[in-house]
Amino acid sequence: MLPLNLPLMGDRVQAGFPSPAEDFNCKRIDLTEQLVQHPQATFLLRVRGDSMKEAAIFDGDVLVVDRAIRPVHRHIVVAVLDGGDFTVKYLHKRAGQLRLVAANPTYPDIVPREGQVLEIWGVVTASITQFKK
Amino acid sequence: MSVPLYALVDGNNFYVSCERVFRPSLYGRAVVVLSNNDGCAIARSNEAKALGIKMGTPWFEIRGKLPEGAVVALSANFGLYGDMSNRMMSLAAGLGPSQEIYSIDESFVDVTGVRDVTARAKRVRDRVLQWTGLPCGIGIGQTKTLAKLANFVAKTAERKPGSYPSELAQVANLSALPASDFEAVLAATELGEVWGIGRKMGEQLRAAGLVTVLDVVRMDVATVRRRWGVVLERTLRELQGIPCVELESQPAAKKEIASTRSFGTPVTQLEDLIEAVTEFCQRAAEKLRRQGSFAGQVGVFVHTSAFRKQDRQYSRAMVTPLRRPTSDTGHIVHAAVQGLRAIYRPGFNYAKAGVHLMDLQDSSVEQHELALDDGVPDRSSVMGAIDDLNVRFGKGTVGMASAGLSGSRRIWTMKQERKTPNYTTNWDEMPQVIA
Repeated sequence: MLPLNLPLMGDRVQAGFPSPAEDFNCKRIDLTEQLVQHPQATFLLRVRGDSMKEAAIFDGDVLVVDRAIRPVHRHIVVAVLDGGDFTVKYLHKRAGQLRLVAANPTYPDIVPREGQVLEIWGVVTASITQFKK
Repeated sequence: MSVPLYALVDGNNFYVSCERVFRPSLYGRAVVVLSNNDGCAIARSNEAKALGIKMGTPWFEIRGKLPEGAVVALSANFGLYGDMSNRMMSLAAGLGPSQEIYSIDESFVDVTGVRDVTARAKRVRDRVLQWTGLPCGIGIGQTKTLAKLANFVAKTAERKPGSYPSELAQVANLSALPASDFEAVLAATELGEVWGIGRKMGEQLRAAGLVTVLDVVRMDVATVRRRWGVVLERTLRELQGIPCVELESQPAAKKEIASTRSFGTPVTQLEDLIEAVTEFCQRAAEKLRRQGSFAGQVGVFVHTSAFRKQDRQYSRAMVTPLRRPTSDTGHIVHAAVQGLRAIYRPGFNYAKAGVHLMDLQDSSVEQHELALDDGVPDRSSVMGAIDDLNVRFGKGTVGMASAGLSGSRRIWTMKQERKTPNYTTNWDEMPQVIA
């Protein structure tokens, strides 16, 4: 049997009316494309805890973290204090002094003491809350 | 036409650096990554190097010599390293128009004609560190051999202050140095550090009274060829700035494909070995199809462990020719199991087995036999579908029945007691962040 060459979608000859969508060649919305600006610098982290609930970041959420963005005052960041755990907080920068601020009044601010090293690991660009999997 | 110029971008202590990105508590500590089956150190942090831990040292030896907790040992997490490598490589590619990915942590970039290449390399290095968390060194030179040497200088200058001028730390462009400074660098470098001078050649050269790279560079080309052969001649020319090794953007198809593994616990039964060998065949055949080749012969081997001195030792290998070159997993498994049955002896504690696909050839030049053996249907589309499923749903989703089931029932699975999660490749294993 000879191979049958099928024409590609879009350039076929039609007997009936042409599809009205033919001229609007569109790609379906791609979530990754929207959420990830710098693919090499983007990491996903799972949230544990409720210190950021007033910023709509909840326990179990997945954070999209971009390391290519330079952190500035009021950004939500993932930070590491003295090589400890990853923590997510608002970054506050006043007169050269950095502090980490929760979005939940029951959590105190974290202010690095003399000699402590505060590393800003990345900037949070989105939080994904899944209601159903 | 500009002078050719190459850069080598190389991740520092790559596997350890990948682990540290997701476990910041490992910074400043002595860390080693162990090979499959938690055998030997295959990556060391600078702190581990400072403790005198050498590449390839078995873990039991390291543990025996140092106090408890002095070194953190991790099992190799190649899924993680592969993804991090991919991120680093694609950023390194921004350095110039073409790139050769040389290994998981090294790539050559053609930087011929790139303006302000040293400054650009520093920006690329900063970007790789900022975006991925991975520190790397960049060496630049007129040949690949010089770029590799420059990379060694860049890393050593950073790790051991005083070894080289401090401005060569992290990014070293040997092509930008005045002749006298360039010679000083060569004179400060031991000849064994040169790419292409192996241990044996190094010994021979030292026996002839040579010590540094400068001593090598000053040799006469004709003498080198006569006395040491064309391989060293090529290295010498490369060191003198004459390119002899081109950039290979397309990795050459492998001439042999191996899939081997040490067992977590010794294996004694033929059935378990058949499972393991079937699994190795699946992996190897997948690689074979990916590079578009057929195999002509299948080698299989088993051996006991020389470390288990109380055990009787046995080691045997066998090559089985395939009826005709193929990439069909079924045929390859059949040949390997046939070989395995021939070499298997009961009563031994087998520690390792493996499969080698040999006599590889391009699958497009298949020779069709006369239809003497019908009943051997072409299953290449089935094989393609299996590969797709395993990529989509994870390794081992679909396979040959004789490989058995994955998981705990399999007694020969890799021993990886200290493996970190697949942080970046598995939705259920991503790092946690405290809110």
